[in-house]
Amino acid sequence: MRVSSSFDRRFFLKSTGLALLGLGFAPGFLARAVAQTTRRRRTLVLVFLRGGADGLSFVPPVGDGAYYAARPTLALARPSVDGGALRLDDTFGLHPALAPLLPLWQDGTLAVVQAAGLRGATRSHFDAQDFCETGTPGLKTTTDGWLNRSLQQLPEIGASAFRALALQGTLPRSLQGAAPAVAVDGLSSFHLTGKGGLDTFEALYAGAVDQALRTTGQEAFEALRATAAADLASRPPDNGAVYGKTPLARHLQDTARLVRAGVGLEVVATEMGGWDTHVGEGGAIGQLAARLRELAEALSAFARDLGPRLADVTMVVMTEFGRTVRENGNRGTDHGTASVMLALGGGVRGGRVYGGWRGLDGPGLFENRDLAIAVDVRSVLSEALQASLAPPDLSSVFPGFSGPRVGLFS
Amino acid sequence: MPRPYALLLLCLACASAPAPSAASATPPVHLPPSSWTQEKQAVHVLNRLAYGPSPASLAEVQATGVEAWIWSQLHPDTLEDAAVLAKLSNFRSLQMSTAERLSAYQPEAKLAKERGVDLTDPEARAKLLEEMPIARQMGAELVAAKLIRATESRRQLQEVLLDFWFNHFNVAAQKGAVRWMLAPYETEALRPHLFGSFRALLGAVAHHPAMLFYLDNWMSTRDGFDLAALRRSGVPVPKQLAEVGKLGLNENYARELLELHTLGVDGGYTQADVREVARCFTGWGIDRPRQVGTFAFHPLAHDPGEKHVLGVTVPAGGGMGDGERILDLLAAHPSTARFLARKLAQKFVADEPPPALVERLARTYLQTHGDLSSVYLALFQSPEFWSEQAFDGKTKTPLEFAVSAVRALGGSTYGDAPLVKAVDAMGEPLYRAQPPTGWPEVATPWVNAGALVTRINFALALTAGRIPGTQVLLPPPGAGSGPGAQVDTLARTVLHAPLSETTRATLLRAVGQGDNDVMPDGERRPVDSAKVAGLLLGSPEFQKQ
Repeated sequence: MRVSSSFDRRFFLKSTGLALLGLGFAPGFLARAVAQTTRRRRTLVLVFLRGGADGLSFVPPVGDGAYYAARPTLALARPSVDGGALRLDDTFGLHPALAPLLPLWQDGTLAVVQAAGLRGATRSHFDAQDFCETGTPGLKTTTDGWLNRSLQQLPEIGASAFRALALQGTLPRSLQGAAPAVAVDGLSSFHLTGKGGLDTFEALYAGAVDQALRTTGQEAFEALRATAAADLASRPPDNGAVYGKTPLARHLQDTARLVRAGVGLEVVATEMGGWDTHVGEGGAIGQLAARLRELAEALSAFARDLGPRLADVTMVVMTEFGRTVRENGNRGTDHGTASVMLALGGGVRGGRVYGGWRGLDGPGLFENRDLAIAVDVRSVLSEALQASLAPPDLSSVFPGFSGPRVGLFS
Repeated sequence: MPRPYALLLLCLACASAPAPSAASATPPVHLPPSSWTQEKQAVHVLNRLAYGPSPASLAEVQATGVEAWIWSQLHPDTLEDAAVLAKLSNFRSLQMSTAERLSAYQPEAKLAKERGVDLTDPEARAKLLEEMPIARQMGAELVAAKLIRATESRRQLQEVLLDFWFNHFNVAAQKGAVRWMLAPYETEALRPHLFGSFRALLGAVAHHPAMLFYLDNWMSTRDGFDLAALRRSGVPVPKQLAEVGKLGLNENYARELLELHTLGVDGGYTQADVREVARCFTGWGIDRPRQVGTFAFHPLAHDPGEKHVLGVTVPAGGGMGDGERILDLLAAHPSTARFLARKLAQKFVADEPPPALVERLARTYLQTHGDLSSVYLALFQSPEFWSEQAFDGKTKTPLEFAVSAVRALGGSTYGDAPLVKAVDAMGEPLYRAQPPTGWPEVATPWVNAGALVTRINFALALTAGRIPGTQVLLPPPGAGSGPGAQVDTLARTVLHAPLSETTRATLLRAVGQGDNDVMPDGERRPVDSAKVAGLLLGSPEFQKQ
């Protein structure tokens, strides 16, 4: 199966000429042929915050006095105070370092889910990240990821070398599995050094005995050609967007390049570290504030760069768990349970905080230490999938899960 | 008999045992009949028991014979390795205990704060790094030593096994105090037991602060343990307990002990067993992990009650013996035998090892009470190990690929940053596998587009001399006969097999042996041997072993 479909894919690429499409002068009949085979799907972009981001500083419940009692040194001041949280509604504020996201909230393309988590998961980073990515909390034997299982259900339309892409060093668990996926740390480093190597290595790998190497070689060289042909790595941002120098900004800039180049990108996974704030977490300024600013600036540049094409993207920001409600003895927080998720882009019913608020002294508190889960992470991911890839069978993407609808997307 | 005498007798027994030697006429290794050439056999054992063939090691195996070579690898102390030991003698941090390392090597952030250095100022930072021994140097020495040994040590199987068991009992440098404990973890817990009994290896790991810290057992206490309350009620609290701030049971180590170290995830234990095992190990801790860093058992933190593990009753009041009891039970368990047999067969034979081989190895394990050398020998003598499917049947991990590339061209390394960064970029930052599973042994996670391009670029950089601190030997340009013969010779050196006609033509085309490369007088441009070698190391064939 794989061999013949790869052959078709190569044939399609070579005969129709991705380079032509990239340069924007595909003959009309070809463009129509492509349009007929390509049902337009939104690109799903997943940003994973590794380390357990503190949802209570991210989107602080500034309307709840118990929040201030639990966090004497870390709590963000109320919106009325200078340097305080930015007002979202009567209960919630946004961390002031997230100010670049406020316009997206106001124009309704950004939604917040407060208190999202995976039931029956764990406070271990390893396990919690794994469970978020396999989509099967508590089950360690799952070998493929939820994104890959979604792709497995969908026919490969568009014949793209960049159908499923991890913009990070290795393929994350969520993208591992039977469906082809490419991992590169960035378009600018994704090239062969020296001259003329591409043809030679392509010929060498086309003859590889090992099927995985042959297929991966093909994927890699197609992607290399696509990158080079459309000169993807050096396309400047649109709309005056300015990206920072951080890895996340770099990866989102590459994502925007690929979305705009129309190379058939369906899924992107990327990540950002530095969220494990056990010590000296900080308030309106400090360690966590710096991470949040980095995140907000990258997301904001991405949205600006894409402009109206942001509607072609569904982005989800998530983390493996939240942190303890009460600050610890080191002005930090320890591993907890529920945290924040963000949804951004086309179809998002934004400008709202989903999940509700149940306080910090009753059902809102889990095991007398953590924020309790109000929304299952898989509910959000399922809805994001429906709004983007629309795999026909969600029950095999998240086996055994049938959570309530959140209604994040229209 | 007084103990010292017993020890002395034991040592005498060791000394008088027939010294296993690479030169012994009939080594007790018996390979199945094989139609392979001697070179193919040598290449295969060097691919699996070593980090790939180098010209010198290939000559050595062919000179001593495959059987004798395997026997010598199983007895590494019989192999002289002075050159490598001399190269490592500069690495001061490797000889230090955890306590010495803790006092000698500070985290750079802490040093910067003490001396008022702004780390965002590149110049000030460089000056600080130059003047002070910092924790990062300790890490650099550890990684460099690993790369030097993998590339140059004659005790290749020892290094392969160290990597295997480190992965099996993984700990990660980025978790808290672990990085100060890493070199001691290798020298104290792993190296002494690579060829001995699994129970001894398991025990050494269970007692080691690196593992106790990595999987949080040092903070695991009986439920209801309250240090402050003990203090208030006048119970003398030993200072070793001072850093145990958390109260209550932590299941992290217990779970991984069952799932990853012994029985395997399908080994037949329940969540209740995990909890009971965790209770048995309460109090197995560390004496002040950031100052002393040695094993300490805290009786006050131990749960003294009766426990039930896998249907066995551990009576109340066993103290530290509870944990030892559990390790005995697990090491002798048939699930452990099967789990370890499968992992070893996966490492040395195939990603999906033949079930019959796994069963046989598991039997050997049980019959020898977990003697690892007996299991290795059974593995290396098995027909499955010598089967046609096994030859070149595994994909190299990034470490194996990088080291085998240097070895293939008779190279050497100081383990400097460029080589370290290359392995890092290919996806295997050494000593930094975050999950307790360690780095994967099978091909799938390593074979992806970005990683492949990174491998190819590394191959080209290595042969072009662009990996400072790591050198390879190339034949002088244009040496000897015509371009075809030169490509063939390099291919034999790197791949140990003749090239297919298409591959050969591809390579010749790539080094531009066209009309423009022939002068009117018939003189040919010399073949760019660095480029040919780079293409060969980047080829799909060289990704396999």
